[in-house]
Amino acid sequence: MAIRERMSGNEAMAVAMKQINPDVVAAFPITPSTEVPQYFSTFVADGVVDTEFVAVESEHSALSACVGAQAAGGRAMTATSANGLALMWEILYIAACSRLPIVMACVNRTLSGPLNIHNDHSDSMGARDSGWIQLYSENNQEAYDNMLMANRIGEHPDVMLPVMVCQDGFITSHAIENLELLEDDKVKAFVGEYNPKEYLLNKENPISVGPLDLQAHCFEHKRQQAQAMMNAKKVILEVSAEFAKLTGRSYGLFEEYMTEDADVCMVVLNSTAGTAKYVVDQYRAAGKKVGLIKPRVFRPFPVDELTAALSKFKAIAVMDKADSFNAAGGPLFTEITSAMFGKGVVAPKVINYIYGLGGRDVRSGDLEIVFNKLLEIASTGKVDSVYNYLGVRE
Amino acid sequence: MGKVVEIRWHGRGGQGAKTASLLLADAAFNTGKYIQGFPEYGPERMGAPITAYNRISDERLTIHSNIYEPDYVVVVDDTLITSVDVTAGLKEDGAIIINTTKSPEEVRPALKGYKGKVCTIDARTISVDTLGKYFPNTPMLGAVVKVSGVIDEKVFLNDMVESFKHKFAKKPEVVEGNVKALERSMQEVKGL
Repeated sequence: MAIRERMSGNEAMAVAMKQINPDVVAAFPITPSTEVPQYFSTFVADGVVDTEFVAVESEHSALSACVGAQAAGGRAMTATSANGLALMWEILYIAACSRLPIVMACVNRTLSGPLNIHNDHSDSMGARDSGWIQLYSENNQEAYDNMLMANRIGEHPDVMLPVMVCQDGFITSHAIENLELLEDDKVKAFVGEYNPKEYLLNKENPISVGPLDLQAHCFEHKRQQAQAMMNAKKVILEVSAEFAKLTGRSYGLFEEYMTEDADVCMVVLNSTAGTAKYVVDQYRAAGKKVGLIKPRVFRPFPVDELTAALSKFKAIAVMDKADSFNAAGGPLFTEITSAMFGKGVVAPKVINYIYGLGGRDVRSGDLEIVFNKLLEIASTGKVDSVYNYLGVRE
Repeated sequence: MGKVVEIRWHGRGGQGAKTASLLLADAAFNTGKYIQGFPEYGPERMGAPITAYNRISDERLTIHSNIYEPDYVVVVDDTLITSVDVTAGLKEDGAIIINTTKSPEEVRPALKGYKGKVCTIDARTISVDTLGKYFPNTPMLGAVVKVSGVIDEKVFLNDMVESFKHKFAKKPEVVEGNVKALERSMQEVKGL
């Protein structure tokens, strides 16, 4: 029987970490992710986990400690947000190329400046080319579930990549909501032990991690890393299917909500997808054929599946809670449109909205503006503006 | 879609409005509801105005925005009435519940023409009488449950006894005072 509980998204992630009981957690506090290591350190102090908790002096050191621990053969986890993630930047790439399946709770917060503690996706979107798998979570339940699946995905021999589990700072990280937890023993059986083939502390098979890698082999190693990311898609689906058997909660590469007969579709990540579902329900009740796609897996980017799903709509709005400052469109928009072009899916009209930057509250009325615009485009076939801003004073 | 009850809390940093909203979420959760309890974080300073929110529903909640048209507003500090637009968006068939020594009739003129129900509760006196100190949380929680009817009163009281016993396991002497504070606030809230 699942355990009916209520807790914040941060506590949910910390409880997942408790149930996973990793060998090492190294973290440095930064709002709004601070509670994750804070809760976890109480589990350490209370002896309910036997994790080595490393209280480091910076996020750069936090991820470096995780790299060391994971390279040594352990299972390492961390948590951060915004500028903490930025300070990890150098090590993000090293963790990925060293093929160390570290798991990170990334509680999304806008990257300074201006100085702001609230939510948008400029932190994790900036890290999209660092080689980490990225899973996005609509609410506390998904944050918990994604954390439980992250180790299995990252540690798969065909993958061996670090995994970042993202949820929206404050909006879900600090909101108490209902969720279902798994029993400790079921988590333990599902996650299993981490037994890497090669690791530093194996004296029978000594290796080096992170040596100089010049023209002779660097490119081959990068190619293997790219292949691992390609392999991850299949593994994510397999692990998710197994998780669904255990919990009844199904996860794919993205969620489709009321899309079957929809004329228009919004594509949106994390908590705003929940608000969008509320709006979709209201539009559906009024007979308007609107739908929603919520990407869960942004890295690897599910090009084939997403373009196939999007091909049937007349008009699509891609929502970005991060700006690329490229004068052309946000990161989710540019990835989706380039994927559609590459696959020859050119029939739908696609527009982009930058929204919710710096924690600007996203109201149902804001999303109604987007659906109304999409319905207008679907009926007229005309797009007056591709690159738009939502909910900002101009 | 089932009926969702939306509540907005106004307080000052340090008074426990956030904690009260989380206590209400807990109490509703314990009766089987779907709940949300979340504060609006700003600069966190003692005494600065803060806002917290609750949604309570029989069905799963997916919306993740602040609340702009609440069914109920709870004001933990009546000095906020002149500095914060506490009735903004408040539904006329809802109610505002204010911690004050004044009567609903005395407070209403300050509420910018709000036509709905105005309820008042003297949480300070109740808190000092029952707990010996000023903790407005518990009496405000009792008042909001009484006025909103969002949780069955008997179920709520029984549940809170257990909840206080658990919460104050190391300070059992305060359990009785907290229960009394709830009971008194449910009896003494004016303007029903």
